[in-house]
Amino acid sequence: MIPNPVPLNSAGHTLEEEWPVQIPAQFDYVRASTVDDAVALLDRHGPDARVVAGGHSLLPMMKLRLARPEWLVDINDLYELDFILRDGDTLRVGALTRHTALLESKEIARLFPIVGDAEKVIADPTVRNRGTIGGSLCQGDPAEDLSTVCDVLRAHAVIRGPGGERTLTMGEFHRGPYESAVAQNELLCEVRIPIRPRSGSAYEKVERRVGDWAVVAAGASISLAEDGTVADVGIGLTAVGLDGTIPQAEAVLLGKRPAEDLFEEAARIAAVACAPVADQRGPIDYKRHLADELTRRVLRRAAARAAEAQEG
Amino acid sequence: MTIIDEHAPNPAAGDADRPIGYGRIQRKEDPRFVRGKGNYVDDIVLPGMLHGAILRSPVAHARLVSIDTSAALAHPGVVAVITGQDLLGLKLAWAPTLSADVQAVLVTDKVRFQGQEVAFVIAEDRYAARDALELIEVDYDVLTPVVDARTALAPGAPVVRDELEGRTDNHIFDWEAGNAAETDAIFASADVVVSQEIVYPRSHPAPMETCGAVADFEPIEGALTLYETSQAPHAHRTLFAIVSGIPEHKIRIVSPDIGGGFGNKVGIYPGYILAVVGSIVTGRPVKWVEDRSENLMSTSFARDYIMQGEIAATKDGKILALRTNVLADHGAFNATAQPTKYPAGFFHIFTGSYDLQAAHCKVTGVYTNKAPGGVAYACSFRVTEAVYLVERLVDMLAQKLEMDSAELRLKNFIKPEQFPYTNKTGWEYDSGNYERAMRLSMEMAGYDDLRREQAEKRAKGELMGIGISFFTETVGAGPRKHMDIVGLGMADGAELRIHPTGKAVVRISVQSQGQGHETTFAQIVAEEIGIPPEDIDVVHGDTDQTPFGLGTYGSRSTPVSGAAVALVARKVREKAKFIAAAMLETRPEDLEWEKGRWFVTGDPSVGKTMAEIAMGAHGTVTLPEGIDGNLDAEVTYDPPNLTFPFGAYICVVDVDPGTGHVKVRRFIAVDDCGTRINPMIIEGQVHGGLTDGVGMALMQLIEFDDEGNCLGGSFMDYLIPTAMEVPDWETGFTVTPSPHHPIGAKGIGESATVGSPPAIVNAVVDALRPFGVTHMDMPCTPARVWAAMQGRPTPPI
Amino acid sequence: MQISMTVNGEDITREAEPRVLLVHFIRDVLRLTGTHWGCDTSNCGTCVVLMDGQPVKSCTVLAAMADGHAITTVEGLATGGKLDPVQQGFMEEHGLQCGFCTPGMMLTARALLDNNPHPDDDQIREAISGQICRCTGYATIVRSVKWASNHPAFVVSETPDFDAAALPAVDHSTEEEVSA
Repeated sequence: MIPNPVPLNSAGHTLEEEWPVQIPAQFDYVRASTVDDAVALLDRHGPDARVVAGGHSLLPMMKLRLARPEWLVDINDLYELDFILRDGDTLRVGALTRHTALLESKEIARLFPIVGDAEKVIADPTVRNRGTIGGSLCQGDPAEDLSTVCDVLRAHAVIRGPGGERTLTMGEFHRGPYESAVAQNELLCEVRIPIRPRSGSAYEKVERRVGDWAVVAAGASISLAEDGTVADVGIGLTAVGLDGTIPQAEAVLLGKRPAEDLFEEAARIAAVACAPVADQRGPIDYKRHLADELTRRVLRRAAARAAEAQEG
Repeated sequence: MTIIDEHAPNPAAGDADRPIGYGRIQRKEDPRFVRGKGNYVDDIVLPGMLHGAILRSPVAHARLVSIDTSAALAHPGVVAVITGQDLLGLKLAWAPTLSADVQAVLVTDKVRFQGQEVAFVIAEDRYAARDALELIEVDYDVLTPVVDARTALAPGAPVVRDELEGRTDNHIFDWEAGNAAETDAIFASADVVVSQEIVYPRSHPAPMETCGAVADFEPIEGALTLYETSQAPHAHRTLFAIVSGIPEHKIRIVSPDIGGGFGNKVGIYPGYILAVVGSIVTGRPVKWVEDRSENLMSTSFARDYIMQGEIAATKDGKILALRTNVLADHGAFNATAQPTKYPAGFFHIFTGSYDLQAAHCKVTGVYTNKAPGGVAYACSFRVTEAVYLVERLVDMLAQKLEMDSAELRLKNFIKPEQFPYTNKTGWEYDSGNYERAMRLSMEMAGYDDLRREQAEKRAKGELMGIGISFFTETVGAGPRKHMDIVGLGMADGAELRIHPTGKAVVRISVQSQGQGHETTFAQIVAEEIGIPPEDIDVVHGDTDQTPFGLGTYGSRSTPVSGAAVALVARKVREKAKFIAAAMLETRPEDLEWEKGRWFVTGDPSVGKTMAEIAMGAHGTVTLPEGIDGNLDAEVTYDPPNLTFPFGAYICVVDVDPGTGHVKVRRFIAVDDCGTRINPMIIEGQVHGGLTDGVGMALMQLIEFDDEGNCLGGSFMDYLIPTAMEVPDWETGFTVTPSPHHPIGAKGIGESATVGSPPAIVNAVVDALRPFGVTHMDMPCTPARVWAAMQGRPTPPI
Repeated sequence: MQISMTVNGEDITREAEPRVLLVHFIRDVLRLTGTHWGCDTSNCGTCVVLMDGQPVKSCTVLAAMADGHAITTVEGLATGGKLDPVQQGFMEEHGLQCGFCTPGMMLTARALLDNNPHPDDDQIREAISGQICRCTGYATIVRSVKWASNHPAFVVSETPDFDAAALPAVDHSTEEEVSA
């Protein structure tokens, strides 16, 4: 577990004790050539080392001097971690895969439209050229869209360390805001997403402006059994204080045919289950309302897409 | 009668593709910008140059207990560290503002706003300077801040300006205009009165280039060259002379290319003064360029007006009177840039475009523990606030009377035959044809179809809104008798010189920050004397090379400097006539002008072009009595009045009933800026201002928490529209020239920023009618819209 | 540390600290001042350059991270003394006013057209949605990109009073450190 510095509050921006300097403090820089090399470097330099991939979470924090690593391990040369490939009934996505690649992948668009829905509203196109799925998940911002997407898709995280490789569920991966189960001397290498037949998924986000963090966002994935009832469903919310999916809401749909009244019930439960905080993006009651409204919308869309997949 | 034939074509007539004079031509300044060869202040590198960085207070209100700069001074690369104590010794710890107040350059006694300047580090490079900021140890004794302007005058409120002798509260001024008794009488007996608190929240101009300066003090001559992001280099030069004691003729201020001003670059900021002090102290040039958080948190904000507005009318929709009480938050120092006699700027244009029987406004200015400023962001000296107030009230009245908002306006417009029109607060509107512009806007919008569509959508529970804003501005300050800034009358100079080979240089006192002056001013000269714009060099921004004038803001470039340039060109043309007469051995009164040449009346083949005359002027021909050689002239133009551009804007929005998200579907803008010099540039000015409107109406807000922490200190929280938030603009125009302006032009720079926010907010409120909403304040973020839908609209501050 | 990259087609090597942001490396070390620095939070996009042909925000890339890559700045848009159609398009359609956001906008436009020679308005707006302009209101930027899209083979020489070939080349004669 990497001890985190005081995080940049994604819900607002209040000053700490110091006036922000806007350029990073000094550090030493090294570029890893392979995954094992990266792991060895992290192990050698200890807690004062941080990994940099896309850099669009870490570098802003370093400019504000909220993060002050002594060693920066640049993993952008680890092309072995930049891939999207189908392996039987698993889609394997390398941790270094950039947001732009995820958005443009036709395979992903076909199998998991929730990813494209989310990527369109993650940051902006220029930032997406650099940011990576690994970086987003490890940053663990409570408003991180891909965290919700991976939760809802029941993804697994493959982590490598000095002791070897281990695979975690998303539930095991999340440890709270700005924390993940990736130890200081480990590297997230891959995200594995199970491919199920007759599936549809969707994401919707309310933002004050393009590129802003979510006020609230919702994601859903529905997989139908052959008889058209719901075999599996994932419902997740972003930026409302929830890690993981919402099993109580999911239970409403399991085993039943998708229907509007079920979406409403599931959405109502999701809204009650979440713990939004009042901030510049909105008050608590509004966010709860959005949790309800957006959950309904993504369930409708996921169900429609699953039905299409069933026919197709 | 002589028939004119075999007449050589007039080369100065130009053609549609390349007009000589007014018309659509590409900008002359573009070639350097598209090559990345603009010369902005941070691009300037002088030999031996040092870099400065400012340490700022993280708290809003606190006594400065102690400050220890020793570690910073010892940091490698650091050359000097300046504190308030050092400045006290130089009598530079405080500097006058543009509003007869003083502003701290560096804190000496007390911090008065979050982000206030505390110390200045000068180092060999940018990074070392910023590293050293962290090494300065400051001890603050935190005090309770005054954050809410509404509480600033409450008994017992902390006094922000306790350093001013005799000051025991936060009151700055009261100012009023109009006739209170008359107005109150009308309100008392009116059929219908609508009252509303209307807030214009604090926002910030946020040009893409932040503020900065490179100061180069040369000790042998005792001369200062200051490269500065300044919209008013001449005014700055005079002020620097007064503040620093360096004689004015030894100061040269150069505004290089500026990456946007929007009123943010009018004032003199502590950073500029610190750069100058740094250069004097170190004997080397010093560069100071702020970062974005400094820009947002310490430089001139805009607006922050809490307006109690009231409108009185008859039951069939004749608007009788307007009255308003305004609370104006000026921040910790009164640093607004507005004419001396007008502490609330031109707010008293709030009577708008309507023929009223009475009006009265009172504005009270207060200090709070926030950054100083207020007049900025294309407000035309508070015209944005005034227009927003009246256009919101008119829409509210329409809603109350159940009248169509266009119909209500058409019923109450000042009529063309009433111009020049003296309103109830002392303005003389120069010209206008409001109905024509309104009808054109409605036609372009397909207004009736839109209302039909809205009715259909409403029946289905969809929220579509149509908002109108009809605005009249008062710009182009101004007659020097009435308008000065720190005692400098608001006249502008212009100098024109034609070279022997017929090329020209015109020197103007206004300063471009993107408005295209290098093109439009050449076009004004071209129109008057027929020399092509590409042969006319426009010089601006350097006090050594240009005539005195008050600078660019308040849309004054075309009304004031444009007039000066037209007049100076006419002077040159007139002089050319006498020289041409001498060259043609005829009398001046026998000559006639067509663009580009003087020719003999009745014998058009006999004449002289401007180029020929220029050569003659510098040559050997005997000149008539009273006419000097060379071909040049200068003019200082004192405008007889302001100008009154106007416009009719219509905005169409769709609101997502489930989330409160507002989408601007269409925006139709009809502008009347009088004579149009370059339609391409006019359209660009309008588009930019309309985008400001979307920003202010939907997302921009500089707000503070209870401790005075600024919550809008970065672009993550101070949200500016991207290309995805704005529609493809639909623009149109009418032309109602200004009768008192030499070329009939009125100015356009701020029209769209002034006129668009009310159109958008009116549209949002209109969309929310089914929920019984009669008013909501900006910004109409999804959360705030949703709250309004629940019957709980809240002011943003 | 020594940092090497290709900038506008030319291989360069300079000494700079690991923490130096690419935008400062370009501006202060290479003295290419067409790339600008406008915010602290990776929002404004005035710092956009192309890295291996893709728009990136150079304020959020360390110069060290760009080592080994190909960077294109606005100074590299014109080639062989001829303006890129994007540059001409911005002049034709009034796509710039103060010019501060313009280099970044043009580079993004160039990258967009390289991938999608005929984008529609929505695609153009989306491509530049990570970059802010305060002057133009974006519509003329869209028109400028459309112009370039419609004139792909447009080749314009320098205007008569301005010769790109005569511009001073980037001065490599002194190598400088950014900070101690």
